[in-house]
Amino acid sequence: MTSIDEQVEAKNRSLWGDVWSQFRTHKGAMLGMIVFAVILFGVAAGPYLWHTDPQHLDIRAKNTNPITSCLFTGSQIADCFSDPESIKYYDPDAEQLQRIKVSWAHPIGTDQLGRDLLAQLMQGGRVSMAVGMAAMLLSLVVGTVIGVLAGYFKMVEGLLMRATDLFLALPLLPLLLVIIMLFRDTLRNAFGPETGIFLLIVFIIGITSWMQTARIVRGDVLALKEREFILAANSIGTPSRRVISRHILPNILSPIMVSATLGVATAIITESALSFLGLGFPSDFPTWGRLLFDGTTFIEQSPARVIWPGLAISLTVLSVNFIGDGLRDALDPRIRGR
Amino acid sequence: MLNYTLRRLMFTIPTLLFISFVIFLILDMAPNDPTGNLPMTIPPDVREKIRQSLGLDSPMYVRYLLWCKQFFINEPLNLIEQWFDVCFGDCGERLRVRSWATRSYVVDLIAERMPQTLWVVGMSYVVSIFIALPIGVISAYRQYSWFDQFGTFFSMIGFSVPTFFTGVMLIVIFSVWVPSDSIFWLPSVYDTTLEVTDLHSLWLQIRQMIMPVFVLALYNAAQLSRFMRASMLDNLSQDYVRTARAKGLKEKTVLLVHVLRNSMIPVVTVIALSVPQVFGGAIITEQIFRVNGLGQLLITGIQGADIPLVQTLTFIFAVLIVLFNLVADILYGLLDPRIRYD
Repeated sequence: MTSIDEQVEAKNRSLWGDVWSQFRTHKGAMLGMIVFAVILFGVAAGPYLWHTDPQHLDIRAKNTNPITSCLFTGSQIADCFSDPESIKYYDPDAEQLQRIKVSWAHPIGTDQLGRDLLAQLMQGGRVSMAVGMAAMLLSLVVGTVIGVLAGYFKMVEGLLMRATDLFLALPLLPLLLVIIMLFRDTLRNAFGPETGIFLLIVFIIGITSWMQTARIVRGDVLALKEREFILAANSIGTPSRRVISRHILPNILSPIMVSATLGVATAIITESALSFLGLGFPSDFPTWGRLLFDGTTFIEQSPARVIWPGLAISLTVLSVNFIGDGLRDALDPRIRGR
Repeated sequence: MLNYTLRRLMFTIPTLLFISFVIFLILDMAPNDPTGNLPMTIPPDVREKIRQSLGLDSPMYVRYLLWCKQFFINEPLNLIEQWFDVCFGDCGERLRVRSWATRSYVVDLIAERMPQTLWVVGMSYVVSIFIALPIGVISAYRQYSWFDQFGTFFSMIGFSVPTFFTGVMLIVIFSVWVPSDSIFWLPSVYDTTLEVTDLHSLWLQIRQMIMPVFVLALYNAAQLSRFMRASMLDNLSQDYVRTARAKGLKEKTVLLVHVLRNSMIPVVTVIALSVPQVFGGAIITEQIFRVNGLGQLLITGIQGADIPLVQTLTFIFAVLIVLFNLVADILYGLLDPRIRYD
């Protein structure tokens, strides 16, 4: 038998509890969240579990095939998986028995210099994720500030929205490429090869992707500004900055959260695209896009080198997009009520 | 309507001038040297002369105004002269925008590369529309059916998986795993020198276009089918649909004549709006399949620090964006009689 206290407790539903229960009904979003959590765990904790150094050159083990190559050894499958180094198979091209180059030391193979792909994938994932999150944060801050200012203060609205339109009219990918090409060396000298490129890429992705957020936020602020509670706040003499921080910001949280999730996805894609064009991070500081780019040269010998990083990017972006989709539904009060 | 169009066009000019100035400023801030790639044996005073001959010693605004003069006055005049075989004033001696790397005219370089890009990008656009419209219509008409679920998943994959991965995967499957004597084998490199003269060369041309076209088409179709579905759903619940059915019209007529035509209005503008994005996205696809189009020209220009080429190309991309924004707005007004810009 339940006490009265517990019954009251059960009826007590918070906003975030409602959002969470609506979010759980979206199967794609839940699956996306699980996949994203697994990937995040893999790149964050992976290097502690898998001790191979991603930069260690083991030239004897260069171009090792992934362990899945064992599936094609016919009758020797079981032996191949238990003791991969002992297996020989008949190669019709070379007309002799050859050792199939697989090893449990490198489950998904190595590159042409013998660096372990699994370790590189984890290391690259850390960078890709970090770039995605940092660039998203930057674009979110810029977008929200510009959106709120343009929506709340009539004076700066025209100027800020013209600036937004101008940014939307810029051909972003070409400009990103140009800026990276031109400022890469300067920043590399100033902050070192890794930090310099990281700062540059985060900065330019953030600074070129805030426009959608700004537009949505401005629209919402314009609508909110006419509501009675803002009028009430103004009439008791609340200063503008407090109206914004107390009343406006909490009410525009849901579009900001949705554009934050989608922002991570676009930032990761943009970073990989830049790396894929050879203008992102240097080869000894891999990201998923860079690994994919390096792998395309060896696509005939080892397709696995492009499949794994590409799969990592695609799965991450797909799961983040599904989370965004579910979040949008969960945060929309019209849908949540049903 | 005409009034509105003219007003928008007038506003476009300062916007474009400002954008060209921004691009010029970014390129000018760059701390690199166009003579950096020349041999080290060139003595410093000769190097200085080369820089002077490139016009680098004059102040920034002079160079910008000169570029404006060359791009907005000299180049159009030149084009008119070429097309109509006439001559204004000092024809042939007019200063034109030259690429630093190849010393040829930038406009000629662009004209050389344009057909490949237009073929691949244009074709992918047509294909994507043919894929997206039926998917959008059916998934809206049968909302929450297995087809709709599948369509949603397909479009989610379509715009989540980046083109450089789909492209590379297609190469792995159709150029590496499929044996090269099979009919399903496709070339991974686009051969521009191929001339279509007979059926055999046409077949080769189609084969080499399949992969780049489908990579781009998949990406666009994913987004377009979503818009189509949403717009169909908006219209399907409207009163005029019930009226049409009550009149006893066939379901096919209701769907394809009444609802589809009205749903196309926002979709047409979305198609127009994303044309310039396709040119941007094509940079990556062209790089994967080695299509020597505009995107590849831009990449080689950037790598060679060929400022006039990069400046002109980036500006042309900007013009495309501004122009198609305008086209989308005007189309919206033309197609939807409820919208009037007055």
